[in-house]
Amino acid sequence: MADTTSITAGALPDAVQESSGAWGFSRAQLVALAILLVFLGVAPFVLYPVFLMKLYCFALFACAFNLLIGYVGLLSFGHAAYFGMGGYLAGYAAKAWGISPEISILIGGATAGLLGVVAGWIAIRRQGIYFAMITLALAQMVYFFCVQAPFTGGEDGIQAIPRGNLFGVVPLDRDMAMYWVVAAVFLAGFLLVHRIIHSPYGQVLKAIRENEPRATSLGYRTDDYKLLAFILSATLAGVAGATKSIVFGIATLTDVHWSMSGEVVLMTLVGGLGTVFGPVVGAAVIVTMQNYLAEMGAWVTVIQGVIFVTCVLAFRRGLIGELAALLKVKL
Amino acid sequence: MSMNRRGVLAAGAATALGGLPRARAQDGRVIRIGVMNDMSGPYRDAAGPGSVALTQQAVQDFGSRGFAVEVLQADHQNKPDLGASIARQWFDQGVDVVADLPTSSVALAVNQIAREKNKVHLNSGAATSDLTGPHCSPNTVHWTYDTYMLAKSTGAAIVKSGGTSWFFITADYAFGHALERDTGNFVRAQGGSVVGNARYPFPATTDFSAFLLQAQASGAKVLGLASASTDTVNAIKGAREFGLQRRMKIAALLMGLPDVKSLGLESGQGLLLTEPFYWDLNDRTRALTQRVQAKNQNRPSAMEPAGCYGMVFHYLKAVADLGVAAAKASGADVVARMKAMPTDDDAFGPGRIRADGRKIHPSYLFQVKAPGESRGPWDLYTLVATTPAEEAFRPLAEGNCPLVKT
Repeated sequence: MADTTSITAGALPDAVQESSGAWGFSRAQLVALAILLVFLGVAPFVLYPVFLMKLYCFALFACAFNLLIGYVGLLSFGHAAYFGMGGYLAGYAAKAWGISPEISILIGGATAGLLGVVAGWIAIRRQGIYFAMITLALAQMVYFFCVQAPFTGGEDGIQAIPRGNLFGVVPLDRDMAMYWVVAAVFLAGFLLVHRIIHSPYGQVLKAIRENEPRATSLGYRTDDYKLLAFILSATLAGVAGATKSIVFGIATLTDVHWSMSGEVVLMTLVGGLGTVFGPVVGAAVIVTMQNYLAEMGAWVTVIQGVIFVTCVLAFRRGLIGELAALLKVKL
Repeated sequence: MSMNRRGVLAAGAATALGGLPRARAQDGRVIRIGVMNDMSGPYRDAAGPGSVALTQQAVQDFGSRGFAVEVLQADHQNKPDLGASIARQWFDQGVDVVADLPTSSVALAVNQIAREKNKVHLNSGAATSDLTGPHCSPNTVHWTYDTYMLAKSTGAAIVKSGGTSWFFITADYAFGHALERDTGNFVRAQGGSVVGNARYPFPATTDFSAFLLQAQASGAKVLGLASASTDTVNAIKGAREFGLQRRMKIAALLMGLPDVKSLGLESGQGLLLTEPFYWDLNDRTRALTQRVQAKNQNRPSAMEPAGCYGMVFHYLKAVADLGVAAAKASGADVVARMKAMPTDDDAFGPGRIRADGRKIHPSYLFQVKAPGESRGPWDLYTLVATTPAEEAFRPLAEGNCPLVKT
């Protein structure tokens, strides 16, 4: 295990499987999960629900991204493509075809997943910077497709996407109704990622991250494992984007732009690479900052840059990673 | 260790929950006006801080009539999704009216939300004539100008002076498309032709050479710039570097005072442009300019901020007429009252608002002065022609506004 890649050096060793706790959660993680559940339940009565929904969408997006970088060690620099395309397709389905929101979200996720099959199939053949560059190049192709394709509405985006009725019966026009749906989608995605990581399949992923040649020598077809992880990550990113476009009633180029790919890297790094709760906290920090510092306009980007540099220089394990190290637990 | 661990967790939970800002309490006696525009990008000079200053001036000139008025501001960075989410948050937290909203794509997005939440959308800065056409809404007033007005005045004047074949360089979003469409219609209606177009990505384009070369190669007599602000200025500067103006006439379809100022009279002289407001138009506009000067960085107002002045002034009159409680309860009611009352303000003089939400006033065709003719730093225009109010905008029946049919 000597040649651990530098990008995951900050993560804690995951090899030890905790026996205490249920469903793959360690005791500390159960405490953190309880805090998260309480937050999900209480927050909408204290905070502005639409802001929280945005936060959960990005948190899910960051979790999906973290699945790839934190547990397989693949730095994708094109995740905006899946996030954005998920949003576009869900928005289009809900608006043009009048499909109910839950199916629209699934359509968004499936589209992103299909895109992930193609992009992943090409990209996993290379490693390190080449992998990142291929994913970026493919994402830029998707971006220019979205600029030109008539159904995306170019710079205008797809506007006036109806929230519709959940399962055709529950109207989601009220923010609180929408909130519980988004919270459920986020929680389901979050638990799914956690389940994937702690399954035997997840163990193999981590083995690949630590030492790919050794995993190959043990008889694992590492390319298949990596491709599946890529597709899962893309699908979840698509679900996050789809949910966001249903919440806000708009899908635009912002979500497929490469800066969105950068933002999700930032969220994951700030929260803690390769931790279960890190991306959620990272997304919360970045989205809160963007929301409450919005008056400062373009300066938000500068502040984000400073935070990124500080994070990489001073606490490479991220907020949750450092907290976990301090408490000597896994979070 | 376990004490330490608990301590850290408790502290973390306390910060997470304690640091949360509370939702703002809603006050029934305060009218909140949110000015949303471009504070950092290409449209900042036309409709940025100036619109906030003129809105505050309108509130001040209106005076106190039993209710307080609060003016907020936000930067939508020309992104429809950002504008939509700011508007949603504003409306949910007690803002009654969103004003200005340049950038048509953002305006159309916010238009939906104002209607959904039954608030008011007062638009000065956006150009697309669709706001009072297919996308018209009972909650919206479109005040200052639109693409039809620009096309009719500038476009028609240039065709008349012999510019019969056009090539468009167009901002690739709702605004550019609408301006190109409306101008093209006028050109064709008068026997001219459109030989081609090039659409540039907005707001990311600063170098227009590739598009200018396409225009040059097209052999058209007129280069139509369906763009705005900084983009138009950059395109005109680029066109002069290529010597395009020797072979083609440049039609800057949307150009305002700050653009002419930053282009300079040397490069800009002779350009034809259309505005419904100019600071040196008459005694009332000069008096307004004088009053607001200190607030507005000692510059005369462009047309977008002037529109904010006029529409906010009229909005407040409607609110006073209707009563604050009723005005806060229903945005559509306020807009209906605004349409019922004749308008009169220092920026635009007397006028009215049509059933489709279109504010009616005359439009003026100006020519940019030569450096020798200009008598002051802001003396930039000569008035060439006036289109009367009733003819300046698209006829009510032709807009396909669903509000008009019913």
